[in-house]
Amino acid sequence: MQCDVCGKNKATVHLTEIVDEQMSEMHLCEECARQKSVQMEQQFGLADLLAGLSDFNKQPKDADKVKLKCGFCGLSYDDFRKFGRLGCSECYESFKIHLSTLLKKIHGSNQHLGKSPARIPKEERKRIESLQGLKMQLQQAIQMEDFEKAAGLRDQIRQMEQKGEVA
Amino acid sequence: MNLDDIINNTGEWLKGTGMYSNIVMSSRIRLARNLAKRPFPNKASKKEVMETLASIQSAMNEINFFKKSLFLRINDLDNVDRQLLIERHLMSHEHAANPEGKALVISPEEMLAVMVNEEDHLRIQVMQSGLNLDDTYKMASSIDTALSEKLDFAYSMQWGYLTACPTNTGTAIRGSVMLHLPALVMTKQINKVLAAVSKLSFASRGFYGEGTQASGNIYQISNQVALGHSEEEIIQNINGLIRQIIEQEEQARQALVLQNRVMLEDKIFRSYGVLRHSHIISSQETVELLSMVRLGVDLDIIKNVDRNAINQLFIMIQPAHLQKIEGKKLSASERDVRRASLLRQKLGGH
Repeated sequence: MQCDVCGKNKATVHLTEIVDEQMSEMHLCEECARQKSVQMEQQFGLADLLAGLSDFNKQPKDADKVKLKCGFCGLSYDDFRKFGRLGCSECYESFKIHLSTLLKKIHGSNQHLGKSPARIPKEERKRIESLQGLKMQLQQAIQMEDFEKAAGLRDQIRQMEQKGEVA
Repeated sequence: MNLDDIINNTGEWLKGTGMYSNIVMSSRIRLARNLAKRPFPNKASKKEVMETLASIQSAMNEINFFKKSLFLRINDLDNVDRQLLIERHLMSHEHAANPEGKALVISPEEMLAVMVNEEDHLRIQVMQSGLNLDDTYKMASSIDTALSEKLDFAYSMQWGYLTACPTNTGTAIRGSVMLHLPALVMTKQINKVLAAVSKLSFASRGFYGEGTQASGNIYQISNQVALGHSEEEIIQNINGLIRQIIEQEEQARQALVLQNRVMLEDKIFRSYGVLRHSHIISSQETVELLSMVRLGVDLDIIKNVDRNAINQLFIMIQPAHLQKIEGKKLSASERDVRRASLLRQKLGGH
């Protein structure tokens, strides 16, 4: 069987596409299949998914957002939305407000719980872990509308954070 | 250790041992890590990528575990070797595509594979046979800890490990389990199972990686949520889901044996027959038939065939492996002939 696209090489990749419930089959050679897969990736990239997830997509672009750039690596927020990849660890700080919403949508949470790097001193790691635990409980309490518990947790978190600053 | 050792040995994860190895082929943990205040590979200049590579390599040189590992620069490898490493699930297509400044570090027995400068600076992957995410994670985590003593990892108290793609932010862990589910496919229950998997925020993929259709009735299930749960919790959740799928597959297998034994035996032995006697065979057909033979071995319908041998064949029948065995480039039709002769040789056919 010859390739449906170039008509020259032998078709070794068989692709089934379903568009609007219409099924079609394509028989491609390796070279044309590779090109096709690049095309498909461009059409349905992760970037679209992320852009679809983000609220900001729906709002009209205002000048600020277009200009928003990471001061460290120079990545613009616009490019992040287009390609779905951040440029460096500092982008998280540069795009903090936007990412906060996005991360919550992707993971259903906004607070890390779990491992921390060995270079952070042991005492500090312990403090971080218990703070993370409290913040997680706070999120849950707010979700359950247990505001009394939430207020208590909030005070506890504040206290711990202040202690950290003094130390 | 060099690349030839790799092709001549079975990776640890293919051994067909471990818990539930009749259904679970392998378990994998991947941890993504980045260096703080260094541009991620997609945003880095050539010089910056090389600097990142150099600092990671020198950190690895100080860690005992890496002493026996193979350090490969992707730029030094030809296309067949790159394809070979992808076929063995040691690295991604993306890693082979723009090789500048990229490296792959492989431990003996292929238990550990670290991709340097893929989407993130470090992708630490550990693979084991059977359902064993707990030990797999422990090993990945100890390597991560050792590296984090030498390198400054990008980490925030609120968001955990910072990664190039926000879908990985947090623990940056992905646990994947590769399952062989022929009975759920044959009894037409697989779509129901996969729908439930995605509803629970887990992803499913085919055997041959991201974006591929399942072939050979093999499915990879992995977590999608990485932030807001500890690593142990995430693993527990995957284990819980996998155990349920295993139970469903067991039940479907029993039902097939009870209700359709003769038909099942016919299908299995026909598959075995074709694999042992073909002279031209495509990879797609091979994979479908190998799946049936593996089921035959699991149900003790086919005796005297080792599960490890079948697992190995799933890998060996791929294009780069065939070309590596043959020692030269083969066209698609030459591969179909070489594949058939490999199968006859390994399964004792004529």
